[in-house]
Amino acid sequence: MFLEKLSISNFKNYPEAELEFSSKINCFIGNNGVGKTNLLDAIYYLSFCKSYFNLIDTQNILHNKSFFSIHGTYCKNDEQHDMISCTQKISQKKQFKINKKEYGRLADHIGLYPLVMISPYDRDLINDGSEIRRKFIDSVISQFDKFYLDDLINYNKVLYQRNALLKQFAEKNYFDSSSLEIWDKQMVKLGNNIFIKRKKFLTEFIPIFRHYFEFISGGQEKVTINYDSQLNNREFDELIAVSLEKDRFMRYTTAGIHKDDLEFSIFTYPIKKFGSQGQQKSFVIAIKLAQFEYTKKVKGFKPILLFDDIFDKLDDSRVEQLIKLVSENSFGQVFITDTQKPRIEKVFSTIEIDHKIFEIRENKAFEIPNGK
Amino acid sequence: MNNYSSKLVNRAVDELSKLPGIGRKSALRLVLHLLKQDIHEVEALGEAIIKMRLEIRFCSSCHNISDDELCEICRNPKRDHSTICVVEEIRDVMAIENTGQYNGIYHVLNGIISPLDGIGPNDLNIISLVDKIGQKKTNEVIMALPTTIEGDTTNYYIYKQLTPFGVLITTIARGVAIGDELEYTDEITLGRSILNRTPYKGTTEYKD
Ligand SMILES: [Zn+2]
Repeated sequence: MFLEKLSISNFKNYPEAELEFSSKINCFIGNNGVGKTNLLDAIYYLSFCKSYFNLIDTQNILHNKSFFSIHGTYCKNDEQHDMISCTQKISQKKQFKINKKEYGRLADHIGLYPLVMISPYDRDLINDGSEIRRKFIDSVISQFDKFYLDDLINYNKVLYQRNALLKQFAEKNYFDSSSLEIWDKQMVKLGNNIFIKRKKFLTEFIPIFRHYFEFISGGQEKVTINYDSQLNNREFDELIAVSLEKDRFMRYTTAGIHKDDLEFSIFTYPIKKFGSQGQQKSFVIAIKLAQFEYTKKVKGFKPILLFDDIFDKLDDSRVEQLIKLVSENSFGQVFITDTQKPRIEKVFSTIEIDHKIFEIRENKAFEIPNGK
Repeated sequence: MNNYSSKLVNRAVDELSKLPGIGRKSALRLVLHLLKQDIHEVEALGEAIIKMRLEIRFCSSCHNISDDELCEICRNPKRDHSTICVVEEIRDVMAIENTGQYNGIYHVLNGIISPLDGIGPNDLNIISLVDKIGQKKTNEVIMALPTTIEGDTTNYYIYKQLTPFGVLITTIARGVAIGDELEYTDEITLGRSILNRTPYKGTTEYKD
């Protein structure tokens, strides 16, 4: 599956743009602030029905215009051509169409054109609190397991209800085990389902991640991801029982899969503290490449891969390694943004791969002709 | 504050706009409509509302609305008094009655357990359900609560309370509404309905 053609109107800084892509590698080159990333965001829109950056759709309309539209033609299995369209008018509902037919629910579209975005924001996976790492695993698993998502939503509802009850006990100074027990029961049932699926996912995911990290770094550094869950050491029902006193004192649920985290380490030390910028960057890129690989396995075909300005702070040899890697047959269509035209041109002078380079200036995209 | 050049109109609008689904604009439209009506018709309306509220009773057995101590359903000897359908609210009784498929009696909980809304088991008509089953011969209790996690948790609470009586507990078939084409049912609903296929017993779902 790949994107053959993209045409956009009044999207972010582009009044009009029409681009035809290579089924392999496409580069957007230009200075900072010219809007290279906005092209990636348009492609992201077509897969996820929303922007990667700005969740308020109408704010993505070009200044002083009344609408934006994005049209993409995708080629599937070398013959089927589907046109996906997204139109957003000011103060109207977003419209999403496949071959001119509007979707009943956006959820029906998401997942049909899988895509993985690798961006500088991925460093948040290392730097932020545990929530972002849970969100990451949850979003990957939910892509192919709707029951997981359903259990997760219900687990969170039970968690809120249980916390409300604990608060009530404290405020009204009473305790009623029979009304707490029914929530515990639900929590254990749902939490165990989630724990088992997270564990199974990570068992498959972590080796793929290590493989990619070794490739990017040249195999010199030893990294690990460790699934940190209170359920690793204790059955959930037992855990809830021993946490009861603490829960009542704190007035919220202190134990459960909502406290799960991923530990990222390099040479057994936390990468957040002990990794260099380059190592951290390679680490999150390897995570996202593993996500790509995993999604590919689940979907049965290659997702589109977007690299947004990630070559910054990577030395040229790592950049070359990366582009060589994604040129291989196990990857499909790739989009790359970069500020350094000479760097990109030099890389492609050594790799035999079908590619197109577009130069972005003055809110327009110009294709630079090349030999291939 | 709005001023309609009449305190009487103002007050009527205030009161009407407290009703669900009625904003101040709609309330004003109703008031102006009533002003054009014959005075006797408006009197009849007012009286019907006051009488309904003053004289309505709740069935002492099932908590459904009633004109007497016991509601028409509980008083009806032709209904099967050994089958009790547990519902969240009075509206559900009406919905199930409208299907014409049910001949047992009901028990209205008047809510479901939800600590977030400050509703615990003791705020619901659960004790009277347990008493009823302890006193009268009951063959089956059908749980017809919402298919939300709160509904499910309430099922479980009641199941625990009723276990000592050894009564058969069932839940209504979930997910697939009658008349729904299976292929158009979303996968979770369909999946659940296959996993929880009937006969559904609280004892299989909630075994300890
Ligand atoms: Zn009754």
